[in-house]
Amino acid sequence: MHKIIIESLSLQYSDGTESLRDVSFGIHQNAVTVLFGPAGGGKSTLLRCLNRLNDLAEVKASSGRILIDGENILDPKIDVIALRRKVGMVFARPVPLPMSIRDNVTYGLELAGEKRRAKLDEAVERSLTLAAIWDEVKDRLDTLAVALSGGQQQRVCLARVLALQPEIILLDEPTSGLDPISTGKVEAALQELKKEYTVVLVPHSVQQAGRTADHAAFFLQGELVEYGEGKSLFTAPKQKKTEDYVTGRFG
Amino acid sequence: MEKSLTWREFIVTRAIQASGYSAIVFVALIFFFLLREGAPALTDVKLSTLFSARWYPIEDYFGVLPLITGSLVVTIGAMLIAFPLGIGTAVYISEIAPRWIREILKPLVELLGGLPSVVLGFLGILLVSPFLRVFLNLPTGLTAFTGSLLLGGIAVPTIVSVAEDALDAVPRSYREGAWALGATRWQTIWYVTLPAAKSGVLTAVMLGVGRAIGETMTVMMVTGNAPVLATALGSWFAPARTMTATIAAEMGEVANGSAHYHVLFFIGIVLFLISLGVNVAASSVVFRAKKRAERILS
Repeated sequence: MHKIIIESLSLQYSDGTESLRDVSFGIHQNAVTVLFGPAGGGKSTLLRCLNRLNDLAEVKASSGRILIDGENILDPKIDVIALRRKVGMVFARPVPLPMSIRDNVTYGLELAGEKRRAKLDEAVERSLTLAAIWDEVKDRLDTLAVALSGGQQQRVCLARVLALQPEIILLDEPTSGLDPISTGKVEAALQELKKEYTVVLVPHSVQQAGRTADHAAFFLQGELVEYGEGKSLFTAPKQKKTEDYVTGRFG
Repeated sequence: MEKSLTWREFIVTRAIQASGYSAIVFVALIFFFLLREGAPALTDVKLSTLFSARWYPIEDYFGVLPLITGSLVVTIGAMLIAFPLGIGTAVYISEIAPRWIREILKPLVELLGGLPSVVLGFLGILLVSPFLRVFLNLPTGLTAFTGSLLLGGIAVPTIVSVAEDALDAVPRSYREGAWALGATRWQTIWYVTLPAAKSGVLTAVMLGVGRAIGETMTVMMVTGNAPVLATALGSWFAPARTMTATIAAEMGEVANGSAHYHVLFFIGIVLFLISLGVNVAASSVVFRAKKRAERILS
């Protein structure tokens, strides 16, 4: 079942670079969908359209529709704050806020007006567990989050997003700065997460795309070249360009 | 060829070094000069007279307290006005305004900063003080409050320009992190961007204080120049005289080497120490904030 449907989405930034050209496809619920391709392909731009973070960039022109649960989220009238609580996002560089681990996780909830201590504590344990870091930090929740290692910080940032109980989780190269062990933990966490959430991932390598994808979309210079099941797209791509990229002939 | 190149290198390095050191030398020379001319005031005039509440040099009353309180009242008032206005403007320019407004506002604010203070004082005398006299029903419009208003106007561009740079330097990823969590624009500014730019914003405020306390021409023109000791809140709406205005007004007519002359330099020392104090306070706060940030990030 499609959680998100993207209909002929085009977007152009003010500096003249065209970032997306007539992109259409559907993103499945309870699956990991991978957007991959060389840099400048429009993957991050698409990701940032899904939670309207692009509202704050210098966008010149955009057209098309993005439907989440049948509602067009590009409609200027929708509640963007509510949308961003429903569609969480994890960035390439972990940006823990300068506060304790616990406060980092509860921050989004507090912004949303949740004050009950029991609720907050429960959210901390649940989301840190889901992000596969509870065991590592449960005894020091009151230490500063910035004191953690990069891999742990990134999982705390993931937990921070999960605490809001979103329906969709966007990840923009979440493991680009991490060591292989931390990367493995994040990837394993994603496989758990997809049971409850819809996961959209921009991986930092083709190998990661291959490891994690249930569905994969290959982007090249703003165009969607190929979209399909992860297994078939990486083993038997239909397009020549996809094959060349996947096999490492360019990129 | 080789040799001339190393020579040139040597000369350029030394020249740059010399211009760097010259700043220290000049400050030291100024302080030395102030001390030499101002210190005799402590022997020429009895300490009890020097720190009394009456400034009337013609009859040898050299009480500097009214001048110090005058400066403090005008400056603190100016900061109360300039601080919210300056930070607010900086936040608006850096975080809220669309690009085209930002591109008009920024040069305008900088232009305001370059406005000669005489011009502002002129506007103060002709427009602000008559208006205040009528509006607040005061006996005269030339008050400490008038000075505060105009000084605030002078300090705002300094504060805006430095604070805006500091806000601009906050990494985009901080803001995006907050936005993506569903923070509103205001929550992002208040809880993320401003705290992250704290040290720069503080520097901006301190520079504004420095600018305000050292300003002479405007305050001389609009504060009424009555050396009255400020004791209550009402003093803000009465004429006052600042240290800078006193020096500027009286230095030209004083007999060289007289007690009055030395006392004027003594006021200069006090002013110098106050600005030094403000600067040291500012840099130590910034330094501490930086140290903490480094400790956290390492």
